[in-house]
Amino acid sequence: MSTQNYYVPDQSRFPIFIAFSLFLLVMGASSTINNLGNAESNSVYILYIGFACLFTTLFFWFRQVIQEHIAGLDSNQLKTSYVYGMAWFIFSEVMFFAAFFGALFYVRTFAVPWLAGEGEKGVGVAAIELWKGFESTWPVISTPDQGVSYELADKSMAWPGWGHALEWLPMWNTIVLLSSSVTVHFAHLGLKNGNKKQFNLFLGITVSLALIFVGLQAAEYYEAYAHYGLTLNSGIYGSTFFMLTGFHGFHVMMGGIMLAIMLARSVFAGHFEVHDHFGFEAASWYWHFVDVVWVMLFLFVYIL
Amino acid sequence: MSAVIENHHEDHHHGPAKGLSRWLYTTNHKDIGTLYLWFSFAMFLIGGAMAMVIRAELFQPGMQIIEPEFYNQMITLHGLIMIFGGVMPAFVGLANWLVPMMIGAPDMALPRMNNLSFWILPFAFFILLSSLFMEGGAPNFGWTFYAPLSTTYAPPSVTFFIFSVHIMGASSIMGAINIVVTIMNMRAPGVGLMKMPLFVWSWLITAYLLIAVMPVLAGAVTMMLMDIHFGTSFFNAAGGGDPVLFQHIFWFFGHPEVYIMILPAFGIVSHIIETFSRKQLFGYASMVWAMLSIAILSFVVWAHHMFTVGLPLAAELFFMWATMLIAVPTGVKVFNWIATMFRGSITFETPMLFAIAFVVLFTMGGFSGLMLAITPADFQYHDTYFVVAHFHYVLVPGAIFSIMAAVYYWIPKWTGNMYDERLGKLHFWLSFIGVNVTFFPQHFIGLAGMPRRVPDYALQFADWNMVSSVGAFLFGLSQVFFLFIVIKTVMGGKKATDQVWEGARGLEWTVASPAPYHTFTTPPKID
Repeated sequence: MSTQNYYVPDQSRFPIFIAFSLFLLVMGASSTINNLGNAESNSVYILYIGFACLFTTLFFWFRQVIQEHIAGLDSNQLKTSYVYGMAWFIFSEVMFFAAFFGALFYVRTFAVPWLAGEGEKGVGVAAIELWKGFESTWPVISTPDQGVSYELADKSMAWPGWGHALEWLPMWNTIVLLSSSVTVHFAHLGLKNGNKKQFNLFLGITVSLALIFVGLQAAEYYEAYAHYGLTLNSGIYGSTFFMLTGFHGFHVMMGGIMLAIMLARSVFAGHFEVHDHFGFEAASWYWHFVDVVWVMLFLFVYIL
Repeated sequence: MSAVIENHHEDHHHGPAKGLSRWLYTTNHKDIGTLYLWFSFAMFLIGGAMAMVIRAELFQPGMQIIEPEFYNQMITLHGLIMIFGGVMPAFVGLANWLVPMMIGAPDMALPRMNNLSFWILPFAFFILLSSLFMEGGAPNFGWTFYAPLSTTYAPPSVTFFIFSVHIMGASSIMGAINIVVTIMNMRAPGVGLMKMPLFVWSWLITAYLLIAVMPVLAGAVTMMLMDIHFGTSFFNAAGGGDPVLFQHIFWFFGHPEVYIMILPAFGIVSHIIETFSRKQLFGYASMVWAMLSIAILSFVVWAHHMFTVGLPLAAELFFMWATMLIAVPTGVKVFNWIATMFRGSITFETPMLFAIAFVVLFTMGGFSGLMLAITPADFQYHDTYFVVAHFHYVLVPGAIFSIMAAVYYWIPKWTGNMYDERLGKLHFWLSFIGVNVTFFPQHFIGLAGMPRRVPDYALQFADWNMVSSVGAFLFGLSQVFFLFIVIKTVMGGKKATDQVWEGARGLEWTVASPAPYHTFTTPPKID
């Protein structure tokens, strides 16, 4: 194929296989969730089969894309398409988190104070004594209906003050994740300078830091559930806390898996060249994105 | 592995594969465009059949045909299917067919992902429609699925609804990324941004809107899922949340969404009016800027859907003025279309008839939108049939007329055959009369106070409801006629020339009719 020609791939079975896997996955997920607590339901197996089909198809699809690339079939134009595509995918992820940050902003600024009878809109609530005894605090210690409450604010996830900063788990999470953004950058520098050893070493460190982060996050969730009584059920503070940190944690795992695959490709298959490593670069962009989301979380969920 | 790669060289300039696999495994933008268009047509007829059920029940006051519970499922599914299954896939299908040809590209930028975007949709709508047969019935909370109706009081099928919206959203995001990348990266040398055909511009802006708001919708349904099944309190005041929060998030998605359904129509109509007026489009640059302004403003007007929920006064004022501001760029567009026709040598082929009807009737829908934007007035109009009349005027003779115009305009290029002009005109007049008889009386019954989403109504609304139902049956039947015309054209007809229309300009009219399976294998020369 001459470089003047455009590149159009052959027919492919992968897309419709992915669509069918997604179908199994969401059918399985929906019926599993609808049958929670029903021990006789076996819809969870549909969910498993959906996942298995999805990952298998993705593996072969990515394998083919990599093979085509190595065989020199990709034009420079296609490579640019990948770059643009990844950038806009990350933008869509930003908007997904924006929905949850927006919800956090709304409940903190408007909903909770109004429920406690503050401001122009809270007057009506106060007048009919709808949520008697509810106080507007953040974190919300007990819910407006007084149904759920958990222990005092100093034991919640909020900022404990400078004196206790180093005993505070989120601080260590921040340190771990920020360092991992730096190490992935060192890995990238190594690759650009043709130093594969540096690349593998720093990428390995990054993946380990990702693992440590997920471990710390799991410890934090355990603390919240076991000792603070802070759960998904403990009102709006628990809702926003777990959904924001939970989706972030999920994205950390995704990014970590991406980087681990890049590490495996580099170590076992010798992939990536000085001027040709967009697979890794896309994963590192994703990693920096996850890091930025964490900084926002640290600020708006934990400190403020 | 090597076999796969060698095939690339051999198959490259061949025609389509034989049999069913052509459609299942295709990476060709024209095949995928065709799939999208037929899928949306099928959904249009299914959603339309639901509208017929609704209008049949509303033909007379009192409950005649269906139960109120089923009525609620019908209005919910009608809305969801027409928006996500009818209008949006039709525009994506048109983008698939036309954008690569208009910018001189060989195909979409990411052809395999393109096929994935399409094939998710039949599965997603299979799930949504299958909810009709589930315990408790289909979703019954209206297409806007407000909490707590959709959380606390929803039937169990809401979980299936949530996940089908998730994968529809994934399909839309992938489709939109593909279109953005195609337009930004695949233009033939010489096609500068301000030389792009307006349909390409309209889709570039639409795709940005899609990438920005579909994830927000995913966030909204995820919060619903968590509230329903996992005990969170996002939309529950007893836990410190707020049902109004749902409306804010939903309409932050929902308002850009309505422009997603009209911007591509702006592009289509600009092309058709230009061609049949045999003049260059008046004010190309202002058309682009108007679309950009509309798109940007669409992010700061969402709460005009919520004037009556008890917003602070400052918010009511801000959203009122911001909304009315949108009339300015929209007015620029209407002015430009009329100025293009001014002193043109106009002929009235079917696409032009639909385009002119679009300009007139969409403008009427826009004006009733302005009335609704006025906060104090909206306190009267809110949730009445006036709102129903308003959004059907912008969506049916707006978005859907533009899609029909596009089909008549480009079908000679797609099939190589001319449609039957007499039948096309008949279809136009039946649709035009049907749509106005259906929706114009709804303004009256709305202003007189009939609420929307009711299966039964007070006696004084009976006459106009009957008129509206008769119009709806006429409109519904004439779309079956449309199906007949399309099939007839695909099967045969007078052969089309390459240029098809005397006044048609643009790259897609320089290639053969029907367009070859692979249009451009090397970049075309642009002057």
